[in-house]
Formats: sequence, C-alpha cells, structure tokens
Amino acid sequence: MSDNKEYKFSDETLATAQRIIRRYPEGKEKSALIPLLHLAQAEFDGWLSPGAMDCVSALLKIQPIEAYEVASFYSMFNLKPVGKCVIEVCRTSSCWLLGAEDIVRHIEKKLNIHVGETTTDGMFTLKTVECLGSCGTAPMLQCGGDYYENLTFDKVDNLLEKMKSEGKRRVYTKDDMINI
Amino acid sequence: MGRKLLLENDHIEGIRKLDVYRKHGGYSSLEKALKTMTPEQVVEEVKASGLRGRGGAGFPTGMKWSFIAKPAGVPRYVVCNADESEPGTFKDRYLMERIPHLLIEGMIASSFALGARTSFIYIRGEYFYVARILEQAIAEAYEAGLLGKNIMNSGFDHDCYVQVGAGAYICGEETALIESLEGKRGNPRIKPPFPAVAGLYGCPTVVNNVETIAAVVPIIKDGGAAYASIGVGKSTGTKLISASGHINKPGVYEIELGVPVEEFIYSEQYCGGIRNGKKLKAVVAGGSSVPILPADLILKTAAGESRLMTYESLADGGFASGTMLGSGGFIVMDEDTSIVKNLWNFTRFYHHESCGQCSPCREGTGWMEKILHKILDGNGTLADVDLLWDIQSKIEGKTICPLGDAASWPVASAIRHFRSEFEEYVRNGKSIKDVKHYFRLHQVAEA
Repeated sequence: MSDNKEYKFSDETLATAQRIIRRYPEGKEKSALIPLLHLAQAEFDGWLSPGAMDCVSALLKIQPIEAYEVASFYSMFNLKPVGKCVIEVCRTSSCWLLGAEDIVRHIEKKLNIHVGETTTDGMFTLKTVECLGSCGTAPMLQCGGDYYENLTFDKVDNLLEKMKSEGKRRVYTKDDMINI
Repeated sequence: MGRKLLLENDHIEGIRKLDVYRKHGGYSSLEKALKTMTPEQVVEEVKASGLRGRGGAGFPTGMKWSFIAKPAGVPRYVVCNADESEPGTFKDRYLMERIPHLLIEGMIASSFALGARTSFIYIRGEYFYVARILEQAIAEAYEAGLLGKNIMNSGFDHDCYVQVGAGAYICGEETALIESLEGKRGNPRIKPPFPAVAGLYGCPTVVNNVETIAAVVPIIKDGGAAYASIGVGKSTGTKLISASGHINKPGVYEIELGVPVEEFIYSEQYCGGIRNGKKLKAVVAGGSSVPILPADLILKTAAGESRLMTYESLADGGFASGTMLGSGGFIVMDEDTSIVKNLWNFTRFYHHESCGQCSPCREGTGWMEKILHKILDGNGTLADVDLLWDIQSKIEGKTICPLGDAASWPVASAIRHFRSEFEEYVRNGKSIKDVKHYFRLHQVAEA
C-alpha cells in the first residue's frame, strides 16, 4: 500500500534507526517498531501514511500489518495529515478540574476550528489527550516535545502567536533522537 | 521529621549532571553493592527494607525479586516502568527530570542483584524530553565506566537503554508494557506465567516502578533496617506524593509514610490547604483508579481514628469507608466540584484507554460513560444509577488486567459516598447550570 510519494529515511535518520535496532537481541528487532514509527512520523510531515509505515516495516523485515496494528493502537501516532503544530491539551482529572475545558474552548475560538481539526493554513491541529503527568501544573498542553504548563488565556495567546510567526513544524522526536 | 531519601538533593544546581551527583554521594551505593556485597545480599537488604512497589500495587519488592527464575544460560531482564500514566501522578517525571542518575544508579544496582546483563527504562512517549535527559545521563555513565563492561572493575557488565512508548495508559500494566517493549500492541498477557518466569522475550524479567528502583539506592547505602525504621508498620520508608487539584501548593512531596492526611492537606509544609478559602469536599488519594472519599472519611477512618498516609490506614474500612495509597496521585477537590461530572471525566478516560481485549471492560466502560452522559444531561433515572452500580460490579475482577477494576472503583465509590448528587441530577439535571459541559458535548459530536 502506498501513494505516489517516495518514503525513504534520510541517511541521518537511517543511522539513528539502525543504532536503535542494534539494542535488541538477535531476532528481536521488532522491539524497535515503536521508536522507528516515531522517527518516521517526525521525518514524514508529522503523520504516518501507509507508505511511511511500509518504510518502517521493510527496515524491520516485518509484515506491513504488524506496523499498522501497532500504529493504530497508540494515541501519539497520527494516521491522517496534521498541521505543523499539533496542540494537545490535557483533558483529564486535575487539568479538567482546573479549567482545561475553558482552555480548549478558547483555542477553538482563537483558531476557528474544533477539536480534531486542522486550520486551513495547515499551521495548527487541535487535539485533546489524556493525562500527561503534569497535574501539579495544570492546566497544560503539549506541542512537539514541549510542555506548556499553568496555562492562562494570555499564555495560550502568546504561545499560538509565537508558533505562528515562527511557522516551523514542531515534532517531538527527530532532532531529539538524533542528538542523543 | 520529614527525612528525605530520594529528593534530598533535588534542588542542588546541576544535580542532573554526573559530576555533581557524584559529589553528593551519587554512585556510592552502587560501588558498595559491587565491591562489598553479593547479589543475594542486595536482595536480602531490599527484603529487610520492607519496600513495596511504588507504582500503585504496593507489592513487596524483595519478594517480587525473589520470584525471579534463574535457569542456566537464559538472560534475565530488569525493566523500569516509567510509563507513569495514572491520572494525578507526576512524581516519576519529577524524579527522572531532576535526578536522572538516581534512577540509573538504581537500575544498575537492581540489575546486579537480579543478574541482569541488560535493562530497559520504558518511558511513556509523551515524556520525550525526559527520555532525552535520561539518555544524556546514560551517556555520561558509559563515559565514566558506570555502564558497559566491567563496571567499577567489579567484573559486572551491564547495558541500560531507554525505550519510548507512544501513548497508552494500559502500558503501565507490566505485561502490556512488556508486549509494547517487544514492538506490539499493549494488550496485557494472561498470568501465569508471571514475568518473573516468562517476561521480556520469554525470559525471566522484573518490572519495577521508577520510584521503587530509585529507593534501592538509599536502601543499599544505609541498609534495609534503616529504611524500615522509617514509616509505620508495613508502610516503611518514604513515598513520593503527587499533590494536585484545588490546593494552594500543588507539587511532588516526599513524605515519611505515616504523616496524617489532615497535616498533608493543610500544613504549609505540604499542600497548604484548599485554594481560595474553599472547603474540602473529596479526595482521590492514590491516582484516579482508587475509591474517592468524602472529606470526613479521608481525614478520619469510620472508627474516628486520624487517617494516615500509609497503605494500611488509607485502606482502613475496606472499600466501604476506605481507599488506597495507590500511586500516591493525591487529587484534592473543593466544595464546588461536581462529583458526577468528575466521575464522567474518569469514566471517559477508562473507556478511551481500555485495550479492548476483555468484553466486560471494553463494553462496560463505554456503557458507563454513556449512562453518565444521560444523567448529566438531565435525562437519567434512578434506575440508571442502579444500572451503573450493576455494570461496575460486573467489570470488577472479571478482566485479564486490573484496568477493569480501575474503571469500576471510581464508579462504585462515587455512588457509595455521593449518591444524593446523582439523584439531584436525575431530578433537576436540566436546570443545573452547567457551564463546564463542553468536552462531553464535543465527545458526542466527534463520535
């Protein structure tokens, strides 16, 4: 299964992938599947198309379905295109007690989209997520690898404006995994 | 009062770096273990310490360690559970972020005790920046000869790797975690066999929480007996509590087990009381899974004794009037909190996070969420409240893993202690001013 785009890791990403694969005992390379799907998501525009997943399964010499079934299980994998900045607001427990709903509503108005949607300029996707372990600094949101905590409407406004003016894609893995 | 064993040095500048950590005694426990103790002696000290699993179950760690099978020629693994996803819990993130070497020292020492040549720290994917901090610390440890071959000239070889997850509460369950580490969906395994016999790659494996493994470091340093001298009864040592909700001072607190709950909530040393001068209404003391207790029962047991922050005291009275220490995710709710809406929030969470393997959990959690929608909309009946009770009772204990129990207990306890609030929604739901209604309406629209 693939579209017309060619899915091939850059040399740098490939080297990272191979370094990860070597961690596991011989014959257990499938353990690298989740880290590699993260790499693929970071490399291919922040989401996992069938072609991107096929690139990973080929590298691990596993059946394509093994990558699809894993990608669809975990909430951090996006199975459809997303904006450059995926805003993920925690909706659980203490964040909810301390106003996460108001934060989400505020962002929706600000970006003129609903949860689950992407802005027409392709800049932002808004998601709600379950507890991110930031309950003592609630409410919070995550974008890329970064946590933004003790949110207020002002903080959110400034953050969105900063992200928009920088205009860059924020992903949580590629640079992180390459630098470590 | 208030001895700290894990977070004693958390505010020292640069403690994240190896040289500063070592300057403050770091890796001396590992050195002691490798140079003066046998693996069996380390296990004995952990047994003597009375340390209990800090992830939530509270199972004695030394006993868990002693179960590990040792067939000849088969590798053993130590896996650290850094999946921390129990709502209300953020202590492991704090510990790993501040003092990553404490965890790594504990990993190497625990692996020495258990005879593991390789260990993994399985960390939830959302903690990506924390994984990076750990990776940097591990790189420092390799550089200094604290990982790799012949550690500190002891002849002990060890490799430790960080593995990131990708967003799934269920992967905090140890067999689901192992499945995930093997590159699969996080579906819990049927036990037995237990991981101690057949865990990662079918090999003997011990899975321990971050805080549990970190606690091995002070246990080796001062001995199990010294650790056991702190605390009350079978609740020995210190515990990290993640305090959040409607309190003045949310954060991570290391307490000696045995601090009175009342002191923990109201003293300036800890939570600093309820925000905005409000009154305490309820507490979820050990992460979202444990039974919610109203103010009177969290402060005092049904027998009128002062409730303490220990495994036993919090559980006093069973589920009729008690709860659990759990993960130490201490969520405080003030008098304005709607227990019914809070329960909807929790139930929605468990519905979202059910892996789908067992029908009671897969179907039951969604069913309960729908009934709570109906009640919150003012369309519920008293029979719906009874139905909720019935459903939760038929999930509890009837699933492969404890997620089913975790989804049931909040429902049972909310109805047990706050039934009148459910009835109020049934009677007047449509007229209850419900401004914070938004996620729920949205979820329906999304679905």
